Amino acid sequence: MTRLRPLVHYRSVMCLVVAALALTGCTGGAEPPARVVRFWAMGREGEAVQGLIPEFERRHPGVRVRVQQIPWSAAHEKLLTAFVGGAMPDVFQLGTTWVPELAAIGALAALDTRLATAPSIPADDFFSGSRDANRIGDTTYGVPWYVDTRLLFYRSDLLARAGFDAPPADWRTWAAALTRIKEQAGPDRYAILLPLREWQPLVILALQRRAELLRDDGRYGNFRSPEFRAAFSFYLNFYQRGLAPSAPEGQIANLFQDFGAGFFAFYISGPWNLGELAARLPPELQDDWATAPMPAPGLVAGLSIAGGASLALSRGAREPEAAWELIEYLAEPATQIELYRRTGDLPARRSAWQDPALADNHHAQAFWTQLQHMQAPPKVPEWERIAAKITDYTEAAVRGDLDPDAALTGLDRDVDALLEKRRWLLDRNAHHQEHQRHQVEEIGTPAGAFNPTASRYDSRRGLAAFPQTATPWCPWCSWW
Amino acid sequence: MRRNPGALFVAPALCLIAAFFLLPVAASFLLSLTDFDIYAVADLANLRVVGVRNYVTLLRDPLFWVALRNTVYFVAVAGPLSIIVSLAAALLISATAVRAKGLFRTLYFLPVVTGLVAIAVVWRYLYHPRFGLLNAALGLVGIGPLDWLGDPTLAMPAIILMAVWKNFGFNMVIFIAGLQSIPERLYEAASTDGAGTVQQFWRITLPMLTPTFVFVGVMAVVGNFQLFAEPYVMTQGGPAHSTLSIVLYMYEEGFRWWSLGYAAALALVLFAIVLAVTLLTRLRARNVFGGEAGPATGESAA
Amino acid sequence: MMHRARVPLLYAALIGGAVLTMLPLWWMIAASLMPTGEANTFPPRLWPSRVTGEHYADLFERLNLARYAANSVLIAVAVTAISVVLNSLAGYAFAKLAFAGRDRIFRVLVAALVIPGQLGMLPLFLILRQLGLINTYWAVIIPGMASIYGIFLVRQYALSIPDPLLDAARVDGAGEWRVYWEVVLPVCRPILVTLGLFSLMGAWNDFLWPLVVLTDGDMHTLPVGLANLVGEHVQDTELMMAGAVLTVLPVVIVFVALQRFYIAGIMSGSLKE
Repeated sequence: MTRLRPLVHYRSVMCLVVAALALTGCTGGAEPPARVVRFWAMGREGEAVQGLIPEFERRHPGVRVRVQQIPWSAAHEKLLTAFVGGAMPDVFQLGTTWVPELAAIGALAALDTRLATAPSIPADDFFSGSRDANRIGDTTYGVPWYVDTRLLFYRSDLLARAGFDAPPADWRTWAAALTRIKEQAGPDRYAILLPLREWQPLVILALQRRAELLRDDGRYGNFRSPEFRAAFSFYLNFYQRGLAPSAPEGQIANLFQDFGAGFFAFYISGPWNLGELAARLPPELQDDWATAPMPAPGLVAGLSIAGGASLALSRGAREPEAAWELIEYLAEPATQIELYRRTGDLPARRSAWQDPALADNHHAQAFWTQLQHMQAPPKVPEWERIAAKITDYTEAAVRGDLDPDAALTGLDRDVDALLEKRRWLLDRNAHHQEHQRHQVEEIGTPAGAFNPTASRYDSRRGLAAFPQTATPWCPWCSWW
Repeated sequence: MRRNPGALFVAPALCLIAAFFLLPVAASFLLSLTDFDIYAVADLANLRVVGVRNYVTLLRDPLFWVALRNTVYFVAVAGPLSIIVSLAAALLISATAVRAKGLFRTLYFLPVVTGLVAIAVVWRYLYHPRFGLLNAALGLVGIGPLDWLGDPTLAMPAIILMAVWKNFGFNMVIFIAGLQSIPERLYEAASTDGAGTVQQFWRITLPMLTPTFVFVGVMAVVGNFQLFAEPYVMTQGGPAHSTLSIVLYMYEEGFRWWSLGYAAALALVLFAIVLAVTLLTRLRARNVFGGEAGPATGESAA
Repeated sequence: MMHRARVPLLYAALIGGAVLTMLPLWWMIAASLMPTGEANTFPPRLWPSRVTGEHYADLFERLNLARYAANSVLIAVAVTAISVVLNSLAGYAFAKLAFAGRDRIFRVLVAALVIPGQLGMLPLFLILRQLGLINTYWAVIIPGMASIYGIFLVRQYALSIPDPLLDAARVDGAGEWRVYWEVVLPVCRPILVTLGLFSLMGAWNDFLWPLVVLTDGDMHTLPVGLANLVGEHVQDTELMMAGAVLTVLPVVIVFVALQRFYIAGIMSGSLKE
């Protein structure tokens, strides 16, 4: 008796095992018969873009789009992990500062041919700063989706109470306004929120000062330059004078609640918050906030970072044609306006700005001028790590663990270490080119399979000069 | 099947362990001798074999020492604290006069089975300086609002507190088992000899619990050195790297920046440290650990 | 040993301890039922002003949590079922069957217990990528299918199976497989349940590995999905608490139902048999 019963009991366990194994073969649900385009979108756009997909699917029957939403905080990591793991989506959104890195490792498809033959995407309809940010060397790797130029979001009522009826246009007025607001706010509130994890505000200030963040074609850090130092001191000042809280991001339980409550009066952020604030603040506060371009250091017009996001086509996309169609669709002015309506993201297509939705919006129009003056941070693949180092050392300086000079020295040292591989690769490439040149001069023929005009690593074109090897585990396979 | 059933029975498990555990560990060692990074992922020709350079860099890397210091801080404080709390709980529950032992034991054990991520999320809100429960409670006794996760000196204690809360139930159960194995007559004899409760505790309970202490201690050390999920979810290693643990640093270098060579070196150094600590404990407690004859040496943290 | 007067003190301490232990979990549940914004008030509330299930609805409708839960269940069940079978096979064999190098191999395995799991993680990722298994359920299941600790537990327990019992079955003509299936497994049921519970809870709560290896949102397990949500919705306290409750609840229920085995398993693992 006791022999038979367990047999039945464990048989059901085995059934479970078999069923589990069988289920693992499924990726969930009946597979759609059509071509599936996998699209990774980040942050707010990830949610909003779902509403844009039905129209695309209507126009392209037989194509289904699967949107996956990824938080910005994990996006860079996830893209790299997906690349290493061989599980990239077909189309994805990415920050423009990531384009050099992903292009260098061969994750992005070159888009020049497609763009040349796409009637709906004329090149000069994009802001030049965005266009430039997506080009590495002579190749374009991304299509600008929206432009993010950091703006000042501020409580106009608090600013008025401090005695300023117009948003500050230069650094000095800005500092004065913040000081006044802080005086009125008291010890428990602040004038401006500057999350220590964000590198963009500091880099914008530095770019405005015309600081060159890296020198020698991106071989070394240049953070001890006088321009960067000046921007750094100005930035540190906000914390040192108690104008900004030095708490990390996690302390703000609800950004919008705190903004509405007047916990801080200024915030440097992107256009996506236009939509968020409109949605999340109570109606009675909607007249009390406004946006303004970043104040300039002095006489020159304020510069901002050519940020924003681009759409990229994965090099290993399984449905490249359908994926490209999706990109084309999202790059249409009408779709961009629709995205703006849902999120507040500013279109990358200049023609989209003629639409009344934008032309009549005074919050948005404030940036039209600014968008003409954008600059990309250094286009090195290591940029994301360098940015993380910048925030590390800024935090150390804010907390007083390091004085500003020591912080910048440390930053330079760390960045130099990060760029060591890049220097080695550039030197190796230069060496190869020299070698090839000599061979051609002396012998008259290129050595072996090497084409002297297409070197292995070209600092202008990045490592994408050669496609990813199919079998990375055999070193000799990559020499062809 | 007739020939060697034993070998066939162990084959699946052993093959899996060899292929997906031992082999990667060996590969880790090899990886640590190279500068495998994202460039190498794209094109293996970009790989350089650098020998021990990763280890040299590691020893010179201030962040590594910070991570090591933080991890040791965590191990040194969370371990004993957890043991003390769990012993106290075990003593309370084991007291003969107490009824509903099972209920209390379940309640105290409940945090152990909850997932770390969910708990870390909850505690993140509990630690909020303005709206968190902890500061509200402290405020009742007049202690000003503390910035638990934002102040570098408070962040690690915050994580320690949470870790102790989460894990004390596990050790408590082990202590209960240990307490149950102490013969009652020892206490009776001591009572008749006139020893008070406290004396009985020091003279009987603690010495008899030595093997349990050693077992729990080693498990705690090995497990605590692998601190990762709490700082990952709650503080991301901040503020100012005050909660950066070695495994978190390894994760950042390996899975965030794909400097796999350096990350492998970090992992190996961690392993060496854990191994050294374990061996040291074993050497000192050799008469207690007698292989099969002594208490089971389940080193992996549950 | 205990004076009468001490008993109320004991209970007070126990109850106080229980309250402190349960407080975070209580707040988690309460906050998940509060209307939006109420969890971020000062002073913090321990009780919702009105109970609302809107956050749970939100999680399932908008944020795909059902999918994460299904993934978690699938993976946890698969890992548990497979690992119980494989570990018990090996554990029994190490305890009761003879084969070449048995004791030496076992010693190596026990020594390997010290190796932290994270050590092999990076190469394991690369290996799985070569096999094309990244972003599949297998990537999470395979590393969990056999564990040294599991084999160790079963072996400890199986050592105590009386040999006559096994011999009797063999004399009756049963092959080794049937001996295992019909004699060993029933006898080992307590340790198997413990092992199953360890596996189930470990697989359910596993975070780092699924985080790395499952790139598609559709494949995420509950802890990974929850961490993702935190990245995106850190301001929505109540929503996050609802997600936490859903992640925690199933395992708690399973534990409460089967705690006898689980606790017995821990105790037996720490004591001499």
